[in-house]
Amino acid sequence: MKTHFLNYAAGLSLIFLMASCGNQGSETSQVLGGSAAEQAYVAPGEYDEFYAFMSGGYSGQITAYGLPSGRLLKEIPVFSKYPENGYGYSEETKAMFNTSYGEVPWDDSHHIELSQTDGEFDGRWLFVNGNNTPRIARVDLTTFETVEILEIPDVAGLHCAPFITENSEYLVSGTRFSVPIPQKDVPIDTYKENFKGLINYVSVDPEHGHMELAFQIEMPGFNYDLARNGKGKSHGWSFLTTYNSEQEHTLLEVNASQKDKDLMAVINWKKAEQYMKEGKFTERQTSYFHNLMNEETTIVESEEKTLTKILDPKNCPDMVYFIPVPKSPHGCDVDPTGEYIVGNGKLSADMSVYSFDKIMKAIEEKNFDGEFDGIPIINYEAALDGIVKKPGLGPLHTEFDGRGNAYTTFFISSEVVKWDVESKEILDRQPTFYSPGHLVIPGGETRKPDGKYLVAMNKITKDRYLPTGPELAHSAQLFDISGDKMKLILDFPTKGEPHYAQAIAADKIQPNSVKFYDIEQNKHPHATLGESKTKVVRDGNEVHVYMTAIRSHLAPDNIEGFKVGDKVYFHLTNLEQDWDVPHGFAIQGATNAELLVMPGQTRTLVWEPKKVGVFAFYCTDFCSALHQEMSGYARVSPKGSDVPIKWGLNEKLRENEQAAHDFYEKAKKSANTGK
Amino acid sequence: MLLGVLSLGGVFLFPLWQITLDAAQFPGGLKMHIWVNKISGSEKNIIQNINILNHYIGMQYIEPDSIAELKYFPIVAYAMMGLGLISLVINKAWAYLTWFIIIAILGVLGIYDFYLWLYDYGHNLDPKAPIKVEGMTYMPPLFGEKDLLNFYVTSYPHLGSGFLGLSTLLGFAAFWFKRKS
Repeated sequence: MKTHFLNYAAGLSLIFLMASCGNQGSETSQVLGGSAAEQAYVAPGEYDEFYAFMSGGYSGQITAYGLPSGRLLKEIPVFSKYPENGYGYSEETKAMFNTSYGEVPWDDSHHIELSQTDGEFDGRWLFVNGNNTPRIARVDLTTFETVEILEIPDVAGLHCAPFITENSEYLVSGTRFSVPIPQKDVPIDTYKENFKGLINYVSVDPEHGHMELAFQIEMPGFNYDLARNGKGKSHGWSFLTTYNSEQEHTLLEVNASQKDKDLMAVINWKKAEQYMKEGKFTERQTSYFHNLMNEETTIVESEEKTLTKILDPKNCPDMVYFIPVPKSPHGCDVDPTGEYIVGNGKLSADMSVYSFDKIMKAIEEKNFDGEFDGIPIINYEAALDGIVKKPGLGPLHTEFDGRGNAYTTFFISSEVVKWDVESKEILDRQPTFYSPGHLVIPGGETRKPDGKYLVAMNKITKDRYLPTGPELAHSAQLFDISGDKMKLILDFPTKGEPHYAQAIAADKIQPNSVKFYDIEQNKHPHATLGESKTKVVRDGNEVHVYMTAIRSHLAPDNIEGFKVGDKVYFHLTNLEQDWDVPHGFAIQGATNAELLVMPGQTRTLVWEPKKVGVFAFYCTDFCSALHQEMSGYARVSPKGSDVPIKWGLNEKLRENEQAAHDFYEKAKKSANTGK
Repeated sequence: MLLGVLSLGGVFLFPLWQITLDAAQFPGGLKMHIWVNKISGSEKNIIQNINILNHYIGMQYIEPDSIAELKYFPIVAYAMMGLGLISLVINKAWAYLTWFIIIAILGVLGIYDFYLWLYDYGHNLDPKAPIKVEGMTYMPPLFGEKDLLNFYVTSYPHLGSGFLGLSTLLGFAAFWFKRKS
């Protein structure tokens, strides 16, 4: 026990005296003894065993890392526009950012959820939430591209999202901030009477992964923080932690930390499905956007939705319950058997572990301690399986290794603690550098964890790496957890601020990874399928350039007849059909972005010339030995000049405007019918 | 003899020749297969990708549609299978010998024709090619291995040629045994 208190003392001193961490180096060198370096070493040309997908926090993106090497494989742009490849700037992708607030080009991404079949990762899709403008995005894991974003209406701060059920039936989410529903102009201090929280169920189409807001449950105005769904025997239930059951609206750090216990919501979603079928919902007018990439044209189509279906627990008995959880819980995690639910009370000295069977029994016996807004509160002791006594300070998140052990991060005492789920006994503790938020074990939240590694994602970096000025990369620590004791084997900096991550065996993704897009399947209405079909068309002040790229030239590469004030659409088709031959497109005076076009794909950049002259354009991706030669010129004439549209590649410039115009009209027509 | 005719059918099931281009940037190499009636590769777009590489040194595009041999060689192969069946009906040593001689001559001619094509691709270069190396020609080996700039080129007969050879031998064997009996 004494050592525990010493640990607390050390942890607290880290937090409160963080400026002076002198002896951390020697601590590390002790841990890094033996073959740690070898364990994380993946030889040149060898592959990692796992993909780890980390959210980007305030970057709004996702990063894919290899484990155990910690090598960054890719940053996948999701909620933030990405001029590097034109995501959000190209005509095809800009609609991905449509919301009921207009175009929102950034967000705060928090929790990664990989699609599951039978409670295991299936490697098909990845879902992630946008916190600020409530949204859920879907990434296709065959292409590592964001293909869908669904806005969630009438919630504020979609932190508690997008937690998946064991057959990817639903993505469950809850509002972090309760707000007036529907929004209205009321004094903030009318919180208790006017503010509500919504828990949202988004269904996932099992074939295509398309998301749809199935229903929302109107809940008391708390802060809904994190959630997990049941698995195995508890499949059909969702568990969501809440804080601020005090229902305060100001100085939350004090006022929302007064009650000894907050409440965890327990939802029977199968029952909710039944009520939906019985029509026990009310409909409400609202506004939210659904943006979906058309698989054939690869153009994002955006649709405003105006109706949502609400279930009210008051009219739907046996659908929602609460259980008390010690003080301001954060994570809420379900073990691989589906029996144990861990409430990580971040301001509590102990952790409560609930038993699903006991919860069911308490519900059956109506062993309730009153109710809140008509929602029964299950008796704490009746639902409790046991308490992990004094495991550390500030428990946040728990994952599992499939061998009966749980691993919890402790923010304040800056450590990961391993404990036995059945006996609640503490087995090991290791410091992290510093103050971990989430942690991830490959498959660690599924029915079949792959308990080989654990990554702790830290919130504080300080002196961990060479300094980079005031702003530092966040730090992750990789532990080998295959033995009795956790062993630190690698430290690596990460991008943005990873909150949650999920890791999956590489062989569930690698065989399905697309090498390039089949150009024969390119149904983009403005595709140019062959160099002989390149052309330039004027339509009023709009000019459409049907351009192709293949090593090592753009066709056409000489274009005349642009005028100041034109709106020029460069529709660039990459004719390559080989792996890893993207072509880029950049033109001087472009105020938006560049393009990266993958083989077989068509992408469109708008350019609005404002100056008279001859402007160069070129390929931005070093594609070949003659990449530097892959360039061209665009001639811009004054407004009102009579220079005709002409184009060509290594020839006398052509001006077959009629043929080009006919082609353009056809493309425009099919683009319109495509919508 | 029947076996000879059947194994001649093997030229439709397997490529006659395989040319492999190995370079650091192409893990596994680019494999081009020459068939009696087509040119294909280990991947769907191999011809396009080889053409893209070849254009830097001014080699002509490989366009299977413009190679007349790919159209009439299969007809010749079918004709030889037909002749084989006829010789089977005649069932005389001279018939088998005739068939053997024809197919042997055709085989040699085929290889010579293939050599001419390789010579033409390797030597007949576009004078405006972006990459010109003084004194360098790019003829792949007919049989063997060779360094061509960054590529290590390997060229050997494939299973189809094996069946062609087997067929020729079986034709001769048919003649031999017929004569002995």
